Parts: sequence; structure tokens; C-alpha cells
Amino acid sequence: MPQSADKVLDHAPLFQQPEYKEMLAQKKVKFECGHPDELVQEIGDWTKSWEYREKNLAREALTVNPAKACQPLGAVFASQGYEATMPFVHGSQGCVAYYRSHLSRHFKEPSSCVSSSMTEDAAVFGGLVNLVDGLANTKALYDPKMIAVSTTCMAEVIGDDLNSFILQAKEKGSVEATFDVPYAHTPAFVGSHVDGYDNMQKGILSHFWNKAERVESDSINIIPGFDGFAVGNNREIKRMLDEMGVTFTFLSDVSDVYDTPSDGEFRMYAGGTKLEDARAALNARATISLQEWCTPKTMEYIAEKGQQTAALHYPMGIQATDEFLMKVSELTGKPIPDSLKLERGRLVDALADSQAHLHGKTYAIYGDPDFVYAMARFVMEMGGEPVHCLATNGGKKWAKQMEALLASSPFGKQGQVWAGKDLWHMRSLLNTEPVDMLIGNSYGKYLERDTGTPLIRLMFPIFDRHHHHRFPTMGYQGALNVLVKLLDTVFDKLDDDTIVPGETDYSYDLTR
Amino acid sequence: MAKDHAGGPEDYEAMIEEVLEAYPVKARKKRAKHLSVSGATEEAPDATTGIASKCDTTKSNIKSIPGVMTIRGCAYAGSKGVVWGPVKDMVHISHGPVGCGQYSWSQRRNYYIGKTGVDSFVTMQFTTDFQEKDIVFGGDKKLAKTIDEINELFPLSNGVTIQSECPIGLIGDDIEAVAREKKKETGKTMVPVRCEGFRGVSQSLGHHIANDAVRDWVFEQPESEAVKAYEPGPYDVNVIGDYNIGGDAWASRILLEEMGLNVVGNWSGDATLAEIERAPKAKLNLIHCYRSMNYICRYMEEKYGIGWMEYNFFGPTQIAASLRAIAKNFDETIQENAEKVIAKYQPLVDEVIAKFRPRLEGKSVMLYVGGLRPRHVVTAYDDLGMVIAGTGYEFGHADDYKRTGHYVKEGTLIYDDVTSYELEKFIEKMRPDLVGSGIKEKYPVQKMGIPFRQMHSWDYSGPYHGYDGFAIFARDMDLAINNPVWGLYGAPWEKPAIAAE
Repeated sequence: MPQSADKVLDHAPLFQQPEYKEMLAQKKVKFECGHPDELVQEIGDWTKSWEYREKNLAREALTVNPAKACQPLGAVFASQGYEATMPFVHGSQGCVAYYRSHLSRHFKEPSSCVSSSMTEDAAVFGGLVNLVDGLANTKALYDPKMIAVSTTCMAEVIGDDLNSFILQAKEKGSVEATFDVPYAHTPAFVGSHVDGYDNMQKGILSHFWNKAERVESDSINIIPGFDGFAVGNNREIKRMLDEMGVTFTFLSDVSDVYDTPSDGEFRMYAGGTKLEDARAALNARATISLQEWCTPKTMEYIAEKGQQTAALHYPMGIQATDEFLMKVSELTGKPIPDSLKLERGRLVDALADSQAHLHGKTYAIYGDPDFVYAMARFVMEMGGEPVHCLATNGGKKWAKQMEALLASSPFGKQGQVWAGKDLWHMRSLLNTEPVDMLIGNSYGKYLERDTGTPLIRLMFPIFDRHHHHRFPTMGYQGALNVLVKLLDTVFDKLDDDTIVPGETDYSYDLTR
Repeated sequence: MAKDHAGGPEDYEAMIEEVLEAYPVKARKKRAKHLSVSGATEEAPDATTGIASKCDTTKSNIKSIPGVMTIRGCAYAGSKGVVWGPVKDMVHISHGPVGCGQYSWSQRRNYYIGKTGVDSFVTMQFTTDFQEKDIVFGGDKKLAKTIDEINELFPLSNGVTIQSECPIGLIGDDIEAVAREKKKETGKTMVPVRCEGFRGVSQSLGHHIANDAVRDWVFEQPESEAVKAYEPGPYDVNVIGDYNIGGDAWASRILLEEMGLNVVGNWSGDATLAEIERAPKAKLNLIHCYRSMNYICRYMEEKYGIGWMEYNFFGPTQIAASLRAIAKNFDETIQENAEKVIAKYQPLVDEVIAKFRPRLEGKSVMLYVGGLRPRHVVTAYDDLGMVIAGTGYEFGHADDYKRTGHYVKEGTLIYDDVTSYELEKFIEKMRPDLVGSGIKEKYPVQKMGIPFRQMHSWDYSGPYHGYDGFAIFARDMDLAINNPVWGLYGAPWEKPAIAAE
């Protein structure tokens, strides 16, 4: 009997004990009726071949292991970044349980969001009653300052009209007529979470701005986009703007929402963009989106309102941060201070110190479109070579941008862009054209296991490692964090490959 | 039995009233029917626990009220996430938009052994990733093509289940026709499941629909080779409703095998299709999660004459009682073996209790889970000297609440489909020593300075079933409650913190 009270074995060591191994071997032989081992081996090898890759890439209907989620997730995330705002998703309730779980598993924090809990009768008669009752209940129980409504695919398929429903709910007194209830239709069968983010941002800003007069101020707005590292990144961006002495408003800032203290009190709402600031943000001179692909409609709307706009691709790495700062400087007239130049110099110093270990390293990168762009660019700045750049939610325009980026550097020569492909495609790519490192999210661990490519987790969601999102990846400081993650992966691999005494005593170096 | 924890029924009833005051009238009236305090009953005490109480809430298994942050999920979660998802040699298609499959991907910790992507597919996300044109023109063609591509790229998959997401039932697709056509073409098992998320009021209807799909699309089909080849024996049993979370089914199987029983099928953790198909050849169905799989047990009883019995492998008291009860259905050899198994593990049980009980004695626990756990784990806590202050089900029915009376004492707070508002208020007022619930509840509770264990996923630990699992369960409750972090909540230069109470 392997178990003891002294040294309790849980799943990992327990099932490696001989009793369990024998039991599972017997189960397989006697009860499972599986395929013969040789056949499994043969097919397993075949899945790694070029022939398989071609069949795999020719898929037209099936999606396997996609790297994207659906619109309402992005809408919920965007809503949570506003002061005391309760996201309200109109449609089936299971969806909301999923968004909350997904966000909590990544941030290791509470995630608040309600549903209108529509069921079969609502499918037939529409969800008006659910919305009317739901808004009243949400307001009474959770005392929000704003309720931001988005939709699940169920409500979209049956065609519920949020604008009309919310007006009717207000008429019926669910919430006061003046209470802020912005909304966005966020069908799950169009686009992905980045589009839901965009639609909700546009919904919230139009709610505040549509009937207002714009009087231009010196301030600028920052829209961060859907970002799993928002806790670290938003704070880092704000710090840099403070260093520059810029007046700014973050439009949707979850950095405090997803980083509340443990001190005995549960705060359902914390921080976020103040509603009065969101209202006043109309007057800003300009708005910068940190992620173009998270904000196309929002930025179009903002430009229509008369502001200057600029959309970046996730300011991570040297040139991307340079561009961010120069853009801020251009729009505000404030110079970039020496303190930031010093940070830049220190980052370059770190890159120079470590360049030998990163030069010529090859990478596969996947994630949201702007992240993949930034990551590929930063990799090239370090002398690395992006080989596979994949975004399941990237389209043709994104692919063109990526191709132009790769063409801009000799390190991008072998780079291939995979728009709309999934992680099962990536498996074929890694098997046929292997790389040194894989950059993505926790789902990449199955690729790491299947192909032996070390995984670096820099993309939402990260479920199986803790607290990385609390540290920035944007700006010069963030780039330093990213650099260290890449280097640690390189060094760990070197050590792992030479760790057997009496066999690989060489290369297990003390100093590198 | 008298209550033996702080706060009596009167206090709890007053607390319920107070918490309900926050609701608008219509919602308050509805929610009042889901909250109660367990009371006295005329029924005889349970033979194992010595407990009898009346735990019925007035209402259960009805619609959640909108806008209140129910903790429930949907029918798709009940079918794909719970019942079908763990069947390892079949491909389970999340049929519809991308999200449902994405959020549920690899989250239930249904352990299995197999070559993932080659002959096993549990920790993969297969979806038809519906686009607008699929909604407008229908998705049947895309589904058919998806199945073709699965057969080409995953030739060792032994079948396909089609897990319907909300739009499928709304746009009038005929997934059954596609399934029949593909079965004819490929000879493989095809299982269409109408588990659209808007059906029913929770995960529960999804379980039922998934059970019905086993009946219609596996049992009621021509016998497979695996079934024909199987020679039944006198000690054949099925384990039903063990999803092998963190390896639970393995820690259970080892005991049943030591007793001399053959576990023909384990539904559905680490299961193959053959294990589902052969189940009707067994002598007895042993059901752990009654809520999610009682339907198919009743059907097998009716159709194949296989008896079924509920058992409980949480904690030594229930394990021993269950082993004996299971053995009673067999001959003396098995009955003697059951005693030997109990005796073999007794020293482990004694050691675990000697080590952990003094650290946990008298600690109070509030539970809010799904399926069987709001009652099934209670005796395991009792084995460690811990006391249940409150418990409730996400999607329980009246029969679950009735059974709960065999586990919890009078004066226990009972909450059905509790809203996050109510749960937080109850926890705040009762301040138990431990809360066991899910990921959505974990972080709010911990912020309040109260230890927490996820009791769906075993908080990434486990197994908790069986004797091996009990040791892990005890260790985990200890590490949750007795970690020093709870003493660090208050800054020392401020007034004493709550956690130091």
C-alpha cells in the first residue's frame, strides 16, 4: 500500500506506484478494447508527417484547439474596467458561468458578471421579461454605478433588441431613466473576444458621448485592449505617462479590479475608469489604442467625434515602446523625459549582455493578432527568428501587416504567417518545421508535450502558472521581464539537456 | 440528533430573512423558497451516519431568477462537460460557436491514459466554430464535413458525439439526420446530443439528455464487436457517475478489484466506448453521482434487469459501509474480501485520523457544490471531526434534498441555487472555518480571510475517493485551514484583523 499519513501522495506520485500502474495496465487489456499498440504508434508517427500536415492544413470545417474565445468574454472584460460596473450578459446563463470561471482561473481573482438566465420560454417569446427583472435584481443586489449589457449567441439568434429592451426596462422602473446602461450586441458567431471588446467599448463610449458636445482638452485617452497582462501592463503604461507629465484617461482599466488585496474584505468593485472620466474623455485631444485589432470600430467612432487617433500593436519590446512614447509626445507636445531614456538604455544593455544566447533562436508564436505582431517584432530585435506566427482570430489584413513586418528584417526571412489557423495546425507546423521555443498561453502545454518545444506563457489565458500577469510585458520594464522569461527558458533547456552525471557532464556550465 | 455548532435554527432563519431583504419583492418571494434550515423528521436515522433530518427546500430544480449571479451552468455543461466529455476514445464536437468548447476545455480534470490526439481526445477542443453564415444557412453541412475531417485526421477515434450549443436548436438543424448518415457511411458510433444551453434550468437537464443519448445512440444500436466478444462473469459491475476527477475512479477501482469484482465499465472517467457498450452485460450498477446518471441506471434496470445501488467512497465510514453494502450483492467470498479490504486499510485510516483530526476537530464547513457532493462528502468531514454548518446544491432536485437528510444534522443551513449575493452574506455572517465550492466562489471567500477548497476540481489535487483519496482529502483540508497566510491579513500597525479572531 503506497499511501501513508506521514507522506501523503496525491495524484502525480500516487498513480506512478506499481499497484496503480498494474491496475491501469490490466484495465487497458481487459476492458478498454483499444487499438493495438503498433497501430497507435504508426498513426501517432503519421500525425507528425508532412503528409499529415497537408491534410491538416486543408481542413475546411473542423476547428481543433483554437486560440480564441467568443465575443461576450471580451465585452465582459471591457465592462469590468469601468468604475463599479456590473457586466450583464443577456442570454443563456451557462455562458456567464464560463466567462467568470475563465477570467478567475487566469487572474486568480473574483470575476463578477450576471446573466439574464434565459431558458426555453425566452427562446420562444424573447427575453424582455428576463432583462426587465434582471436589471432590477442586479441593481438591488449589487449596487453598481453602471450595468453594461452584452449578448450571448442565443439572444442574438432569436433577435432580441437591446436598445428597445433597455428603454422598456427603464420605463417599467427596473432602473432609473438616468441610470447608465450601455450595451453592445456581441454575437459569438462573429469574430472573437477581441471584437466583443471592441463592440462593448464602442457601446460604452457612445452611451456617454452621443448626445454630448466636445470641447477639446489637453488630455489623451488610452484604450488598452483585451490583455491578460492588464494588471501589470496598465500600471506600467500609466507610470510612463506620469513620467512624461501627460494628462490621460484609461478607457477600461481592470488593473485594480483584478488585483484586490486580501485583508478581510471582498471588494466586488475596485478602481476602474471613473464614469465621469469616461464621459469627459470625449474632450480629449486624441485616443491611442494599444491594440489595433481590439478596437477598429471604437477608433472609427472616436475619429468621427473629432479626435486624433492612433492604433498600435501592443507596445512590447524596444521599437514598439519607442513608437508609443513618440506618439504620446507627438500628440501632447510633451518631450520624452531622460528618465525613460535611461530605462531604454538599461534594457538595451540587458539585451546586449544576453544577445549571444538569443541570436538565431527560432520561435513559433501564437495568440491575439496584436500580441503576435509585437512578439515577432521583439523577437527579431533580439536577433531571434519568428518561424510560425499564428492567430486563430487574425484575418487577411492582419496577415498582410505581419508579412510586411517580417519582410522588414533579415531575421523575418523564414517567418510564415498563419491567419485563422488553430493549435492543431500548429502541432503539424512544429512537427515538420521545428523551432527552439513556442510562445503562447497555457493551452500550448499540449504542444510542448507533443513536440518537445519549450513553452513560454505570455498570452491570455495562463491557468497553470501563477501571478505572471501581475508583472508588465509592455514598455521597457515589461520588455525586461519578457527577456528574462526567454533567457530562463534557454538556460533551463541547456541544463535539462546536460543533467545526467556520467553521461553529459560537459556543457552543464556554472557561468553563462 | 442535536445540532452541535454555533448558531441555532432560529438564528439562521432570522439571517435568511435579513439577507432576503435586499431583493426586489418578486425575486424575494421566489428566493425564499430555496433557503431553509434542516429540521426534525419522523424518519429513522440513517444506518451509517445515525442522522435523520429534513432538508427539503420548498423549491429546487426550477429557473434561476435573472440578474443575480447564479452559480449554475447549462445543459451543454452537463452533457459535454460532465457525462460525455470524459469518454476518451471518442471525439466530442462542441457544435456551434467557439466559446463553449473553449471555456470548458480541459477544466474538469477527468484523468485518463492514452495518446492524446491519436487514440484519446479528452483534453482537446473540437468545434464547428460557427460563423454567421452557419446561423443563416444552417450548420448541418458543416457538421457532416467536420465529421468527415475527424475521420480522416483522427482515424483511431471510435466515434463522435455532437454536443449542441444554443443556436443548434434555434435554427432548426437536423443533427440526428447527419448522425444517422455518418454512422451508415463510417460504421462508427455517432451520438447527437440535444444539450443546447437554454434547455432546462441548469446542468441537470444536460445530464438527463446525455443519459438518453447513451440509451438511444449506443444501447439501442446493433451490438458492436466489443460487446459480442465479451463473456460476462458473476462479479461484473459497472461504476456509474465517477468522472475520475483527479483520479477518483482509479482510487475507487483499486478497492473494488481488491474485493474481487470486475469493473467492466467506468462511466465515464477514463472510459472507452466499449465500456459504455458492454455495461448491460454486468450484474450490478454501482452509482456514485446519482444526480447525473441515475436515469440510465433506471433504464438498465428496466430493460436489462440490472440492479443498481448508490454508494459513497468519501471518507472511511462511508467507504466501509459501501464496501459491505456492495459485497452483500455477491457471495461469501466477496463479502469476506470486503472485510479484508476494510481491515487492510484500517491502519492507514487510523494514522490519517490520528494525524489530522486534532488539527481539524470542531472546524465548521460550508459547502456549495453540484451533483452528489453537497451530501456525499459530509461524512468524510465528520470522520475528521469537522462540522457542516451549511450545504446546498447548484442543480439538485427534491430527491437530492431528501437524501441530504441522511447526512446533515438538524439546524444546518440549506440553500438551493444560491446566488453569489446570498452565499457571500451567509459566509460573512457565519464565518465558517472552511468553504468548499467552485472557482467562481474561491477568490471572494479567500479575500474575506476564510480558507477555501474547490470541491468540483479538488482544487487541482485529488483523488478524494477511496482510502488513498481520504488521506489526500484530510491533508488538503488541513493545509487549507492551517496555512499561516490567514494570520497575515491585518497589517500589525492597525487594529486586529478578522482572521485573528
